Order: sequence, then structure tokens, then C-alpha cells
Amino acid sequence: MHPIAKMALQRLALGVFTLFVVSIIIAGAVEFLPGDLAQEILGQSATPEAVAAFRAEVGLDKPPVERYFSWLGGVAQGDFGVSLATKRPISDLIAARLGNTLFLAGFAALIAVPLAVTLGMLAALYRNSWFDRLVNVSTLSSISFPEFFVAYVLILFLSVGYGFDARWVLAVLGLLLLVEGGGAVKSALKDSGRFSFIGAIVGVLGLALVVNAVFSWWTYQVEPVQAFPSISNISPNTPFGERVYRSFLPALTLTLVVTAHMMRMTRASIINLMASPYIEMARLKGMSPGRIIFKHALPNALAPIINVIAINLAYLITGVVVVEVVFVYPGLGQLLVDSVSKRDITVVQGCCLIFAATYILLNLTADILAIATNPRLLHPK
Amino acid sequence: MTDNTVKPADPTALSADAQAPRVEQESRWTTAMRAFRTAPLTAWFGMIVILLYILVAIFAPALAPFGEREIVADAFEIPDDTYLLGTDQLGRDMLSRMIYAARNTVGIALITTILSFLLGSFLGMMAAVMGGWTDNILSRIVDVLMSIPQLIFALLLLTIVGANVVNMILVIALLDSTRVYRLMRAVGMNIVVMDYVEAAKLRGEGLVWLIRKEILPNAMAPLIAEFGLRFCFVFLTIAALSFLGLGIQPPTADWGTMVRDNAQLITFGEIIPLYPAAAIALLTVAVNFVVDWMLHRSSGLKE
Repeated sequence: MHPIAKMALQRLALGVFTLFVVSIIIAGAVEFLPGDLAQEILGQSATPEAVAAFRAEVGLDKPPVERYFSWLGGVAQGDFGVSLATKRPISDLIAARLGNTLFLAGFAALIAVPLAVTLGMLAALYRNSWFDRLVNVSTLSSISFPEFFVAYVLILFLSVGYGFDARWVLAVLGLLLLVEGGGAVKSALKDSGRFSFIGAIVGVLGLALVVNAVFSWWTYQVEPVQAFPSISNISPNTPFGERVYRSFLPALTLTLVVTAHMMRMTRASIINLMASPYIEMARLKGMSPGRIIFKHALPNALAPIINVIAINLAYLITGVVVVEVVFVYPGLGQLLVDSVSKRDITVVQGCCLIFAATYILLNLTADILAIATNPRLLHPK
Repeated sequence: MTDNTVKPADPTALSADAQAPRVEQESRWTTAMRAFRTAPLTAWFGMIVILLYILVAIFAPALAPFGEREIVADAFEIPDDTYLLGTDQLGRDMLSRMIYAARNTVGIALITTILSFLLGSFLGMMAAVMGGWTDNILSRIVDVLMSIPQLIFALLLLTIVGANVVNMILVIALLDSTRVYRLMRAVGMNIVVMDYVEAAKLRGEGLVWLIRKEILPNAMAPLIAEFGLRFCFVFLTIAALSFLGLGIQPPTADWGTMVRDNAQLITFGEIIPLYPAAAIALLTVAVNFVVDWMLHRSSGLKE
């Protein structure tokens, strides 16, 4: 058998085993942790008979092992049992919502992945330039933002018509260019005694931007933007275009949150790679930067980049929960949160299992792809 | 005892040795001072912001114009001279609650992080020092705990034990300690194989002494940076859970809950719900800036 195929099968088996262990935890947590669920759901005033009847109805009276295997058997056939709160089959609740969540996450990933990888590479190549520093500060900030903060800022500017003043951005950019250009002129004068024209042009451009922004604040008001809906209500028969339009803001929120992470990690892994001896050798031989990057660095950078993408797609899974709640998006995250506050444990278990399975699957795919692009990983030291 | 067996060949070497600790302390002090002087703007910004938050949290009762739970006016009053940030959905002063929340939210996040660190670094250290079965079992448990996304796992556990502050602190501390464990174990493993640890073992030092005197001092730098990172992560998780209504419960003032309670205002183009969210964002940005600088400094030799 081909070594990579063999490795993929091994990883797959390991993934299935992990999923099995995870399912035991998800099902078993109810047994091991304190608190009588039946009593708590029915309230303190419930009679012992009512509690016993409830237990029998849900199947809590059977021994844990038997309950676990009948649950697992059902899950394998796509039957997650019934909701404690609504008595409806969980599979019906999950089916439509899972599709919605995958659509949202896919939408966000489609924008975020190319954007983050390109920007991360640029930041790594132009390391310690003002672009790199700007990227560093802004990604570090947006990593630190809670998802709901990003979401509400977007709603404010793009949905409810608070009026986004793009001149702020221009003014800040101008200020940066001014400082950078001035610095270039100064250091060129100090180092070689020559006047840096490029630095001067950048500086003047920055000054023009700042002056323009300051003057326009006196002269006119910006139009408020009400471009996108702040609530993404989607039903199964919403046409595709409408669906994209309505889920634009949640997707953009997720994109912003994930891009920052992904970019920083791409940048770090490329910098790490560019510091390795064979790249230095190529540089010393006088090879052109483009050739170094595409011929020498990129093939070896693929594995780390794939890893970065997978980690962040897995991160999307948790991000999706909060973002769905903010935008009242009918997805799995929303269902999970609702069920947690109702303490509807069977639904929570179902959702958790799906989230965990996606997470394991993503990590598994990343592992296999990373090894496929870099066969050296087949033989760990 | 070791002092008697090792005899320095040169008496001047001994006196230099005797002076060494003092000299080293001075130089450490000067390095710290130099580090502060050369700190980038972002790190300064971070340190000042963190200091401000600490001051606000400590002096909350003195700073807040009204009580934490005091209903002072009608619901959703617009900001004016008395209520600088307006009032919330029950008519409590927004600014006062923001100030008290600095105490509650940051305090709870700090307690959780400390708990998670105590647990994680203790177990990680055990795994590194003892190795063998202890290491294997602990590491496999951690692997399994980490194979479920953290927020999702927290939601599952909170469903079972019930969503309240104490349970949330315990659940997040437990789940987050897996990350601390990983780091402590990795750092500890590297130190355990050092010659000086071997020497201490051969001298017959006990486990506690090994950990306190040989391993911990050398693991401090990465651990402190990690503490900042974990704090950010825990802080954001708690904010997210509170925002979802599953974390810190009313009437305790808390930034995440405040965003949730006043979120409807945003659809009218009011930015009030953004203030508590921005308070969360600003603190995490500040901590991240400082941690970034510390990490950059400690990895400075490699670059």
C-alpha cells in the first residue's frame, strides 16, 4: 500500500477512536457530575412520582451502559433521540440548522482563508516595515475583541445607519504615511547624506490625506449606511442570493475574527521558515527573491499553512455560537445556547457531538494534508 | 556540605563568588529598567491601561456616582449631566455599573485564571518530573479533554451542573488548565534533563525541593507570559458566556451581561451597548500588547 494512504487510514482510525471517546464523555458527563437533572428540570416542588415518571419517559432509569449504547446506536443511524423540553425528535431540529451553520462558516472561510494567507505572507516578507507593524497592531487588537463587540460595531456602521466616517481611516493612514515618510527622509540624510525622494513623496501624500480629512470635516456630513440587515432570518426556501445577502454581516464578523488569528500564524510560520539555513544559502547564491519564495520556501510552507487554516476553521466553530446569537441566525449554535439555558441535555449532547466531530474531522484533514504535502513528516525524528 | 567538599583553587575566585549574588541583582534591576525604557509604544499603552483598570476596580465604590444595584431613573434614559452614560434597561446608572463591573468581571476572570494555573502547572510539573505512567495517563486525559472545542465543552458541562458563577469558574478553570498543563509539561521536560537537576537528584534532594528550587525558577518567564495569554482567553470566554446569559448572573454588574441586556438599543443607532463591550476589548488588547512585548523580548536572541 502507498505509505501516504496507509498513514491516512491510520489517522482515520485514530480519529474514529477519538470520536468514540468523546461520545463517552458527552454521554457520561451526566452520570459523573453532581446534580439530579430530572429533579432540576421539574423543579423542587415535583413529587417523587412525577420525577420517577419523567425518568422512565426519558430512559434515565436504565443502567448507564445500556443507555449509552442505545444512544450511540441511534446516533449512528442519524437518530439523536427526543428533546426533553419539546419532545420533538432532535434530528429534525438539527438537520436544517446544521446546513445553515455550515453555510455561514463556509461563507466566512471562503473570504477569510485567501485574505489571511496573502496578508500573512506579505507581512512576513516585508517584516519590520510599517505595513508589518500596522498589521501586527491591528491583528493583535482584533484577536482581543470579543466576537459580539465586532458584531455590534459592524451592525452599527453597516446596518442601522450610524454613519461610518471613512475619513477617520484616511486621516489615520495619512498620519502613518507622514511619520513613515518623514522618518525615511531623516534616516537617509543621516546615513548617506542624500535626500530621499520616495520618503518625501510618501510624507507629502500623508500630509495631503490628513489635511483633506480635516478640511472635509468642516464642509460636509457623511451619509449613513443601511446596507445590510442586522437580523439574518433565513428559511429553507430562501433563494441563494438572498441568503448570501442576509448572512453577510455574520459572515463578515467571523471573517474579521478568524483572519487576524490566521494571519498572525501564517506570518510566524513563514518567518520561521525564512530563517532556516537553506533559505539563507539560496539567498547567498544570489537567487532572486521571487524564486526563493516560490521554489524553495513555499513547498515547505504548505504544511504549516494548512495547519494554520485547519486550526482556525476549528476556531470558527466556537465563534459561530456567539455570532449566531447576535444576529439571531437560525443555526446550530443558537440551538445549542437555547438548549443550555433550558437545560435540555439531550439536544445539547447532540449538538456537542456534531461540533466535536467537525472539530476532529478538521484536525484530521489538516494532519493528512500536511503530511501529503511534506512526506518528511511521515518519518518523525 | 557541598561547600566543604568543593575547594576553590584560587582564593580570589571565592570572594568573587561571594559577591556574585549582589552584582547579579543589580544588573537584573538595570536590565529591567532598560527594558522599560526601550519598551515600544504599544507595551506602554498596555501597561498604563492595565494600571487604570486595576485602579478603577480597587476604588470602584469611591468612583461610581451611584450604587451597583440602585435604580435611579427610568429605563434607557439618554446620557445627560447626571447619568453620564444614560441608564440601563432597569433604570440603573450605566456608568456606575460599568465601574463596578471592572471589579466583578476582571476579578472573576482573575480567580478563574489563577485556579486554572494552579491546577495546570501542578499537574504539568508532576508529569514532567515523574514521567512514566503519571505522565502518560495525565497526557491522555488532557488530549481527550482538548479534542472537544472549549466553549462547546463548557456549554455541555454548564447544562449538567447548572449555569451560575461558581460552576462557571470551576468549569472554565478545569478546561483551561489543559493548556497550562501542556505548556508546563513541555517547559518542565526541557528543564528536567538539565545537568543541574540531575546533580540535585544525585544529592538526594526531594521532589518538592526539586520543583521549588530547580524547575520553577527556570520556568517562570514562559509561565508569566502564558498567564497573560490565558487571562485574555479566560476573560473573553467568561464575557462570551455572560453575553449568552450563561455566566455571571444579574443583578451583579458585568460587562458581558450588560451588552446582552442593552443590545436592543443598537438597532436604534445608540452606541451605549458598545461601551461595556469596548471595556472588555480594551483590557484584552492591553494585556495582549504587554504579553507580545514580553514574548518578543524573551525570543529576542533567536531573531
